[in-house]
Amino acid sequence: MSLDGEIILQLNNVESSYGPVKAIRGVSLAVRQSSIVTVLGANGAGKSTILKTISGIIDPQKGSVIYKGEPIQKKDPAWIVRQGIAHVPEGREIFPLLTVRENLLMGAYTRSIGERAAVDSEIEQIHAYFPILKERSGQPAGLLSGGQQQMLAISRALLAKPTIMLLDEPSLGLSPKLTKEIFEIILRINRERGVTILLVEQNARVALKYADFGYVLEVGRIVMEDTCAVLREKDDIKEFYLGIKESGVRGTRRWKKKKNWR
Amino acid sequence: MLQFLQLVASGIAQGCIYGLIALGFVLIYKATEAVNFAQGDLMMLGGFVGLTCTVALGMPFWVAFIATLIVMMLFGMVLERAVLRPLLGHPSFTVVMATIGIGFLARGVVTMIPGWGTDTYVLPVPYRDEIVRIGGSDGSGGLVLSMEHLMIIAVTALLILSLFLLFKYTKIGIAMQATSQNQLAAFYMGIPVRRINMLVWGISAAVSACAGLLLAPITFVHANMGFIGLKAFPAAVVGGFGSIPGALVGGLIVGIIETLAGFYLPEGFKDIAAYIVVLVMLVVKPNGLFGENLRKRV
Repeated sequence: MSLDGEIILQLNNVESSYGPVKAIRGVSLAVRQSSIVTVLGANGAGKSTILKTISGIIDPQKGSVIYKGEPIQKKDPAWIVRQGIAHVPEGREIFPLLTVRENLLMGAYTRSIGERAAVDSEIEQIHAYFPILKERSGQPAGLLSGGQQQMLAISRALLAKPTIMLLDEPSLGLSPKLTKEIFEIILRINRERGVTILLVEQNARVALKYADFGYVLEVGRIVMEDTCAVLREKDDIKEFYLGIKESGVRGTRRWKKKKNWR
Repeated sequence: MLQFLQLVASGIAQGCIYGLIALGFVLIYKATEAVNFAQGDLMMLGGFVGLTCTVALGMPFWVAFIATLIVMMLFGMVLERAVLRPLLGHPSFTVVMATIGIGFLARGVVTMIPGWGTDTYVLPVPYRDEIVRIGGSDGSGGLVLSMEHLMIIAVTALLILSLFLLFKYTKIGIAMQATSQNQLAAFYMGIPVRRINMLVWGISAAVSACAGLLLAPITFVHANMGFIGLKAFPAAVVGGFGSIPGALVGGLIVGIIETLAGFYLPEGFKDIAAYIVVLVMLVVKPNGLFGENLRKRV
């Protein structure tokens, strides 16, 4: 657990929308150096919007995004990548006709030509994390399986040499076994390289297992925040996110319980 | 037999021109998912710029050639910045209408510029009226190729080779491919997508201008020479819209068939042969010869 680091990324009362539809309504959260922070929430809660706002794909209407003490909202996405924020988008979004290696090189696009040797050696390190990517280095990335594409997407973001990595539903469409494999690697990236990770997930069980700190997002608002160890024990989390149902005193259970987020 | 080869050879030269213009279509289509109907007119402008460089400014031909490519590349980039970028995010229909407008505008403006106008001009090239014989003996018989045709083939080959190297081995070239395959992901990687699109327009305009300069010794330079773009369109479709090698192969196929049809078939078939090929192609293989067909895996 590393929850004593400095806050390197902070969202203050951020509101973003897609046209007239407001997706997040005043979200504030803080990410500490070298920690894994997760944002949980159902479909349409606004999880992805938070990440897109941070990486500059969407400009917020209100509020500020503070990274290393500087406001970065409404900046160009390319500039934000260069500051050390890499985004692994939902659904992998690899370049299907480029080879696996070319995909990785595109991850390092923002780095100068002088870092060529460093990039090459980092690709070697990545091959150690994901040996399959080495094996299929020369193949078009579109031929990889879903799990392999996710590995590629994570590796590609890693090549931008990020301080903080934004992961949007890395478990999407993966088997439990593959999900575990991916999360183990995410944990290693965090522990070995000290990369801070902001993770958005629907799969609360896995996310709460690996993350240090968690936020729960419901229809665009943060309704709960705590360390994951605490969150795992909360009744509402258990019932609505982990699917653990407890029966009442007389063996009956309310058919529809109201969330109170306590 | 010799006659047949002779026809095929000039068909190839003609096909290279179609291929180059089709290449211009495909580059822009891949990058921006819009068809640039002003492609032929960019070619025409290239012809006129070349004319000005050689005749009015008195540059040697090959210097003028390079100068024209550079001028047209800049023109294409300015065009993207001024007209196309404000339309970003609009439906591709809007973009298509804009390019049709650019085409009309270009044809109109050219007639108003002194020294350009509505007349037909000869572009003075150093290799004019020379011929090359392959085979045969004592200066007779064998395959006869005009230097104009040979130049078209040679320069096209050179251009295609350099584009291939650009797209395959340079960072900016791979980034162009990446942007065309997944624009959103390109944004996430920090690739400057807008600047890349501008560059694609520049390259596309330069390729068209190159076609114009190569074609000029044969058809002369005039305000309506861009209508040849309408035949490059079938070439792009046959090759599979969106495929760069496809554009060239499609161009060659259309060029060769058209030349053969003009000789062996009754009068009139020359002009419709290309479209018959397209119709057959669309029925038999709608994706074209090199059409890319990829689905997303989840």
